[in-house]
Amino acid sequence: MRRLLWPILVLAALLLVNLIFTPGFFSIQLREGHLYGSLIDILRFGAPLILVSLGMTLVIATGGIDLSVGSIVAISGALACLQISQDQGLFAAVALALGLCTLLGAWNGFLVAAVGIQPIIATLILMVAGRGLAQLITDGQIITVNDPAFKLIGGGYLLTVPFGILIVIAVLAITVFLTRRLALGMLIESVGGNAEASRLAGIRARGIIVMVYAFAALCAGVAGLMISSNVSSADGNNAGLWIELDAILAVVIGGTSLAGGRFSLGGTVIGALIIQTLTTTIYSIGVPPETTLLFKALVVTAVCLIQSQAFRDKVFHRRGRAAPPRPVTEEKVRVST
Amino acid sequence: MTTLSLGGGRTIPAKYVPVLVTACLFVAMFVAGGIRYEGFATGQIVLNVFIDNAFLLIVAVGMTFVILTGGIDLSVGSVVALSTMIAASLMTGPGWPPYVVVPLVLLVGSALGLVMGYLIHAFDIQPFIVTLAGMFLARGLCYTIGTESIPITDPTFTAFAQTRIDLIADMWISPSVIIAAVVVLVAAYVLHYTRLGRAVYATGGSEQSALLMGLPVGRTKVAVYTISGFCSALGGVVLSFYMLSGYGLHAVGMELDAIAAVVIGGTLLTGGTGFLLGTVLGVLVLGLIQTVLSFEGTLSSWWTKIVIGMLLFAFILLQRLFSARTRS
Repeated sequence: MRRLLWPILVLAALLLVNLIFTPGFFSIQLREGHLYGSLIDILRFGAPLILVSLGMTLVIATGGIDLSVGSIVAISGALACLQISQDQGLFAAVALALGLCTLLGAWNGFLVAAVGIQPIIATLILMVAGRGLAQLITDGQIITVNDPAFKLIGGGYLLTVPFGILIVIAVLAITVFLTRRLALGMLIESVGGNAEASRLAGIRARGIIVMVYAFAALCAGVAGLMISSNVSSADGNNAGLWIELDAILAVVIGGTSLAGGRFSLGGTVIGALIIQTLTTTIYSIGVPPETTLLFKALVVTAVCLIQSQAFRDKVFHRRGRAAPPRPVTEEKVRVST
Repeated sequence: MTTLSLGGGRTIPAKYVPVLVTACLFVAMFVAGGIRYEGFATGQIVLNVFIDNAFLLIVAVGMTFVILTGGIDLSVGSVVALSTMIAASLMTGPGWPPYVVVPLVLLVGSALGLVMGYLIHAFDIQPFIVTLAGMFLARGLCYTIGTESIPITDPTFTAFAQTRIDLIADMWISPSVIIAAVVVLVAAYVLHYTRLGRAVYATGGSEQSALLMGLPVGRTKVAVYTISGFCSALGGVVLSFYMLSGYGLHAVGMELDAIAAVVIGGTLLTGGTGFLLGTVLGVLVLGLIQTVLSFEGTLSSWWTKIVIGMLLFAFILLQRLFSARTRS
């Protein structure tokens, strides 16, 4: 739990800043059978980012990285909207879109695990080509659809709660169960620690790597459905643009090391919420649009500094207690070569 | 050390294999282009790749230093944009002369790199995140300066943009190519013949061992990000020669091009292994892919992206296959 302490404090601080500028920030109302309020909005609009970040967490836990999720978000939305606009039926459209996304993710995993390409480059290929693929599907246009059932995914409500939040809770619950109640999480961490050693220890490292990339792509696919459903249209060019960077940021703010070997799903959710709250804060305290990036940079730097043990030791001079020994930099031992 | 044996008992050390493979693939691509398109197989085509990508080459050189230490610098594209923006706004607005503006821009870039390097080293924060924050910061500063494109009309800059340096047989280059060449030569000298260069390779190979050997790991890490910042700023100056404008949307996503160039050149992202020559070849390959697409001509913008992805894939796959074969 200690690892989650600082992210939670940052999130709380950001929410308090909002409360100062918008007094009714914490109020949640029930209007026409729907939950309304700023906190609900943060969860609702943050849902796609949380999903993408969850997938990214597992990829990063294996020591990889997935730059292609933004393009997959665009492909998923584009394909689903195209199918719906051609009256293929909602279920078929969603299944096809998610199927293609999973396949693309498995392709990423294949490149990393079987061909041995460095993850950042392996997924860069799909990041570039995938954006083109999404535009090819939509023929460079923005496809608009009008299907109330499709609208439910990203913009609808079920039992007074926004449907997107329910999806996130379901995916989170399944992921937590699979990784923390079963041995899968430990296997993923072991592959991230040292893929070759894990393989020698009898873990099917390649299968696990392919699986986490497929899972990340599936999550991105669902996020793509949410984003396009929320605006009832698919934009191959701009949907999910740079979401991979936000997702990686969320994962790292949540305390998962990019070196791989361990991960924290709870931290990732909090990290994604911090980023979404930051966006909301920018609007609510009235930062001019030209300087939003500047503001974001400062907050990100501050968050990272606060989380850094070295920084806290230097600034707060906690000399009364012996500083814990600095962890030895994780060495990647190359077994074969 | 594993070696690739040739006929007659001569061998090539394994560390040179990725660079050699990249070089061979580049030549193969050039020959294939020459067979397929008329007027492709000329020296000027290669020189044009240099002319069009001089700024990318300079930035990729800085990126090579960072990646050799096992780090990564995502801020380069934004720093390039910031440099064009500062240069353009200072020369167009208050009318500052170029010999003041250019050093100032280089100073700003280096300072940004220095601060990022310091944060990474002193507070043990992951380079990916610190430089991502740097990317947001530099892009944000661009928009704070102005959201419109600012034209550059300074006579020195336009002279640099229009000068053609004639070589033999009707071939020519721009002054930017010479700047890029000087940067590459100086960087190669630093990497292979100075203490800093040794420390860069050692830090990337194993930070812990380098520390135990008494190498100045911290100073090296701060130095490589400063070098990368300087190279990005210089790349920005060269880009403003090329574009004759400053704009906050210049060089969007260029960090990925630079990283791709370095990796295609055979440098490992885990650090410690790689050569500057590989990076030069990586930039050439990326540039040649663009040239091939422009010769193809009829592709719509999305097909261009898909084809770039496919060519990148084919290239990396071939490189991987050749390197893997020599290793076993």
